[in-house]
Amino acid sequence: MRNIAFLAKKEIKTYFTSPIAYVVIFVFLVLVGFFFYSAVGWFNSQSIQMAQNPYYYQQININQMVYAPLFHNMSIILLLMLPLLTMRLFSEEKKIGTDELLYTSPVQVSEIILGKYLAALVVLAAMLGLTGLLSVFTFLWGNPELVQILNGYLGLFLMGAAFIAAGIFFSSLTKNQIVSAILTFGALLLFWILNWASYSAAGMWKDVLNYLSIFQHFDGMTSGILDTTDVVYYLSFSSFALFLTHSVIQSRRWR
Amino acid sequence: MIEVGHLTKNYGDLVAVSDLSFRVEKGKIWGLLGPNAAGKTTTMRILTGYLPATEGKASVAGFDVFEQSNEAKKIIGYLPEVVPLYPEMTVSEYLSFVAAIKQLPASKRRQALDKAIKVSGLETVKHRLIENISRGYKQRVGIAQALIHDPEVLILDEPTIGLDPAQIIEIRELIKSLKGEHTIMLSTHILAEVTQTCDGVVIINEGQLKASGSLEELRASFGDKEGVILKLRKDHDEAAAFLKSIPGVEKISRQDGEFTIEWDQGKDLREAVSKLAVEKGWGLLEMRPVAMNIEDLYLRIVSGGTEP
Repeated sequence: MRNIAFLAKKEIKTYFTSPIAYVVIFVFLVLVGFFFYSAVGWFNSQSIQMAQNPYYYQQININQMVYAPLFHNMSIILLLMLPLLTMRLFSEEKKIGTDELLYTSPVQVSEIILGKYLAALVVLAAMLGLTGLLSVFTFLWGNPELVQILNGYLGLFLMGAAFIAAGIFFSSLTKNQIVSAILTFGALLLFWILNWASYSAAGMWKDVLNYLSIFQHFDGMTSGILDTTDVVYYLSFSSFALFLTHSVIQSRRWR
Repeated sequence: MIEVGHLTKNYGDLVAVSDLSFRVEKGKIWGLLGPNAAGKTTTMRILTGYLPATEGKASVAGFDVFEQSNEAKKIIGYLPEVVPLYPEMTVSEYLSFVAAIKQLPASKRRQALDKAIKVSGLETVKHRLIENISRGYKQRVGIAQALIHDPEVLILDEPTIGLDPAQIIEIRELIKSLKGEHTIMLSTHILAEVTQTCDGVVIINEGQLKASGSLEELRASFGDKEGVILKLRKDHDEAAAFLKSIPGVEKISRQDGEFTIEWDQGKDLREAVSKLAVEKGWGLLEMRPVAMNIEDLYLRIVSGGTEP
């Protein structure tokens, strides 16, 4: 654990002594802020119209009308931005030769991987945590359900953690950061749209494709449903990607 | 201290190191010599646990580098050919990080950091970002990171590569100052470095051991001529003919007023040469042994010279 903490601390420091974390967090917050502003604006105009009809008035729900679409938008931004956060994690070590320092030190490969993973999770938590400030406004002037919002954030965090694990895996494959980012983005996008293929599939394949789709598991969480299947999916996805990273590093060294 | 036995490393069909065996005694500086792609870096990477071997054994201070990898890594300080530096860190931050991952207890880290900085001459740059310091200082930081946990064994892959002559001398002196407390194995292309810093050498080519031992042992094994350089008070023209007449002398050459007299290995004609010079009254000022220079020795061994 101590080694993981040292390695994570070093990675976090690297993120924040270079412009990477600042740029990623800044752009993420600007985009999320824009989507939040648009969603709240749309919610206001819809509310005024719906308030005139007692039936529709009952259906005004800030969680469904602001947070659910906001979380979807945030997930897409994470899909675009997290590969940029993970692309250097192993690629850069290999490129500048610092992997030789790490692998000749008395630390396990698994500790190195987890240290990097933990550091990227901290940046992800910072990204998501800062967007929490936006909710101050909705709580001040609205009446959203906190549990539902927290559920959405948990979904985003778990999904982001899976993205990061995949990014770390692809970063371990190449010295080139751009290649690492493109591979991560491509693979994640494929997992995102797997459920599209399920429309034309039948029987067991339909269920398999639906289950494998990243998006499918996130959808429920934005609606306030916490299903352990979804949590297990994201944790399994992350664990498998980290396991593959471990295998790649070990096999390259032992080849 | 370092023992390598029948070590072989294949990269697919390419044989990088083949049946390599050698031994380095405690407290000595040993050079690993060989042309490019001879297998020096591969050997060092195996010893430091970066790469596994295909076959064979290697141990450092009694720890098997494959079976007891973590224990071995704790007592090895390693400077790879490409100095592993994080440019965004300051020198102090970087060395603190290395001390931590080398498992140095937190209570000893401050002291170890100060010592490594002092020994490596990094006081003036310790708060500067690594990306902003000169190549020479980067090399020193590389040596400092190898030393930070006070390892028993230092493995330095081309420690003076890319440095200017003044920096090379500084680093060489630093390495020499570490002798005794540390067992050091270094690889180099600079043969003068070997004569000035190393107690012995391992010469490899195409992954195979060509020779191993102290320079004297190698000269004795691979040199084919011995002789003396003679300096006389006056440049006596007839001296060459007289010296040539000594039974056993093979070759006489003359340069800058000095005679180089060579004879077959195994003979010792020093007494005969000095006696002749005194008898003839040439004014013998100096007589010193001819040593086969390291370049000739190296080329002979690498090109497949065999022990006579």
